[in-house]
Amino acid sequence: MWDWIKIAALGLIALAAALAANWGHDLAFRVHGIIVFLVAGGLFVWNVRHVGDAKGPAPTGYFDSVIRAGVIATAFWGMAGFLVGTFIAFQLAFPSLNFEFLQGMGNFGRLRPLHTSAVIFAFGGNALIATSFYIVQRTSAVRLWGGKLGWFVFWGYNLFIVLAATGYLLGSTQSKEYAEPEWYVDIWLTIVWVAYLVAFLGTIMTRKERHIYVANWFFLSFIVTVAMLHIVNNLSLPVSILGSKSVQVFSGVQDAMVQWWYGHNAVGFFLTAGFLGMMYYFVPKQAERPVYSYKLSIVHFWALIFLYIWAGPHHLHYTALPDWASTLGMVFSVILWMPSWGGMINGLMTLSGAWDKIRTDPIIRMMVISLGFYGMSTFEGPMMSIRAVNSLSHYTDWTIGHVHSGALGWNGMITFAALYFMTPKLWNKAGLYSLRLVNIHFWLATIGIILYAASMWVTGIMEGLMWREVDANGFLVNSFADVVAAKFPMYIVRGLGGVLYLTGALVMCVNLWKTAFGKDVPAAVATPAE
Amino acid sequence: MSKNDKKQQVETTGHEWDGIQEFNNPLPRWWVWVFYVTIGWGLWYTVAYPAWPLLTGATEGYKGFSTRGQVAADIAAVEAQNAPNNAALAASDLATLQTANPALYSYAVNAGGAVFRTNCVQCHGNEGMGATGYPTLSDDDWLWGGSVVDIAYTVSNGVRNESSPDARFSQMPAFGDILSNEEIANVVAYVRALSGQEADATAAAAGQQVFLDNCSACHGEDGKGDRMVGAPNLADALWLYGGDAATITQTVKNARFGVMPAWSEAFRDGGLTQAEVNAVAIYVHQLGGGE
Repeated sequence: MWDWIKIAALGLIALAAALAANWGHDLAFRVHGIIVFLVAGGLFVWNVRHVGDAKGPAPTGYFDSVIRAGVIATAFWGMAGFLVGTFIAFQLAFPSLNFEFLQGMGNFGRLRPLHTSAVIFAFGGNALIATSFYIVQRTSAVRLWGGKLGWFVFWGYNLFIVLAATGYLLGSTQSKEYAEPEWYVDIWLTIVWVAYLVAFLGTIMTRKERHIYVANWFFLSFIVTVAMLHIVNNLSLPVSILGSKSVQVFSGVQDAMVQWWYGHNAVGFFLTAGFLGMMYYFVPKQAERPVYSYKLSIVHFWALIFLYIWAGPHHLHYTALPDWASTLGMVFSVILWMPSWGGMINGLMTLSGAWDKIRTDPIIRMMVISLGFYGMSTFEGPMMSIRAVNSLSHYTDWTIGHVHSGALGWNGMITFAALYFMTPKLWNKAGLYSLRLVNIHFWLATIGIILYAASMWVTGIMEGLMWREVDANGFLVNSFADVVAAKFPMYIVRGLGGVLYLTGALVMCVNLWKTAFGKDVPAAVATPAE
Repeated sequence: MSKNDKKQQVETTGHEWDGIQEFNNPLPRWWVWVFYVTIGWGLWYTVAYPAWPLLTGATEGYKGFSTRGQVAADIAAVEAQNAPNNAALAASDLATLQTANPALYSYAVNAGGAVFRTNCVQCHGNEGMGATGYPTLSDDDWLWGGSVVDIAYTVSNGVRNESSPDARFSQMPAFGDILSNEEIANVVAYVRALSGQEADATAAAAGQQVFLDNCSACHGEDGKGDRMVGAPNLADALWLYGGDAATITQTVKNARFGVMPAWSEAFRDGGLTQAEVNAVAIYVHQLGGGE
């Protein structure tokens, strides 16, 4: 019975997608129709051919196949995102790289959201899904709940990424930063995200441990809050059921406020809370040390999630937003400083009993750098939210530098460490193919981040000072083009930082591939189940 | 070392997940105190500045701060400081200002530069370097006159727009409807020869008569242009739209109709005051080619 419902649903979806591909009003919508048709049609055919197959015994043990796929997807999207990022960095330095034959597809305006979504949602999102599945099973001592639901989450999420990415290239966007995908892609992500929540929550509720481990609090807050943010910020009315364009429900400054409530908490809950969940598992595991302070983890968790949600208005200082809202955004951002640092303290103090390993273990070194950049950018963020600082930093490259010291330093490095940790275990290998390559990756990435962040600080502060520079009579000294010209050398440095970071990630991919699929690493010695 | 030893004595919470335990360390004191200080500061800040939303508005804070008030005060201060200069500049004789009042002239160059960088660079380029279809303002090739008074007039009223009744106006006919293709090819050759470029000698010779019959009324018999009607000098090496045969052919066939807005506040909301018009005219005049 269930098989036939599934087949009927897939058939209907394939039919609807074919209609959309044929009668859609714009190219993006029609291409998406074709993609969905191929996916649903393929699944339809596969299901029809396998209907009534004898079901094997229910699998036991941890559900690791989906995590293996997640590790591969994380590495793949990471490379794609870093590559596009490096390319658009050079497009800013050399505008002629906006090639004439790629106009409308490969120019900066189309590639920039491709880059941000590829690194945040494709690389970061797959990393979060894979590590949260890995961690919740092991810290709950139970298989991932929901049968094959994990596979639906993985493939559904990656289908969302493909739809979003192709949409950007073909010009389908609702012009909201980090929320560019149009209405039907948003609806699909909502379905996938609810499935993710159900799988995660189901696992926690069937856990065999009495208490819920701190990493899982962070993951749960991340999943629940992102669902709320995503739904509210994407409330919109399609212009046509057969087209990608939609109109936002909110307008004017309300829309801006909702957008940055979303945008800032995408940072707060996706890139901070979720990745803290990762940190709280992999750091004590790799250091083989207990977490430094249970009390600190509780207090900073609740303080963090309570405060973060109010900080969004600091993105809208000196705009049409009323002053009172901007004041509150700033105050909450500053108070957020210590709760953010709670995670750093807990991570670094956990490592503090294992400082000797910094010399021998490049993965620990990555974690230290990651926590260092986390601490730095969570200090820099509250500082930049102060109105007076913001009047200098806003709209300049300083913001870009801030985001990247967080993204490349904190999110990237902790993800790399997690991938290095998980890969040998997931493919049942004795260890990594090469620790030397990890070390090379560490240095390439670290130097890359430093070049990136330092060049953007220099050019950002210079830009802010040049924009506001006035002569004795109060007249502006520089034109916008003067400022653009002055930034050129730093744009080259930034691009080189990107090249180093990208090269490091490539080294990592080779290392992980050799570990998982090469013949050089012996299999792990089987240990009896506890 | 001793620090580590001390930590070993701290109890764990007794829970264990996948081999991970947790120490029961207290919150770091400095962390707690800095957290308290930020909260205290935050509370004070919300009393001092506009912060708490109420039913029909929000608390205004005892400091009386508002971002709009701040920018209005900044602008008012600058305007008060420059008011005497602006009044003098608006009433000045631009032609003699440089010698009559060097201090005011220098003020006008700075003020005009700011006006130019805000309103003019988008088309005329940084420092008036120009672009295809947008005249270079730093050379001595002028369509409508390069004296500071002429420039001020052009800035105020613009070119071929519909907002100022006194806009500079002229219209070149589209000769594609008037001349045959052969005649056009010939006159293009002649114009290229005029400006010293490579051209077919026979075609150019044939084109001379076409030029005299059709073009010389505005561009002059020698092709040196006429500022009364903004007709460009065709005998020099400077081209607004391009001097290659294909571009000149296109210009002859379809004509051009370059528009510049009237910048005076008389013709547009938020336009330039008379002092600003005078200032930007002086700025452009001293870029290199002023007459």
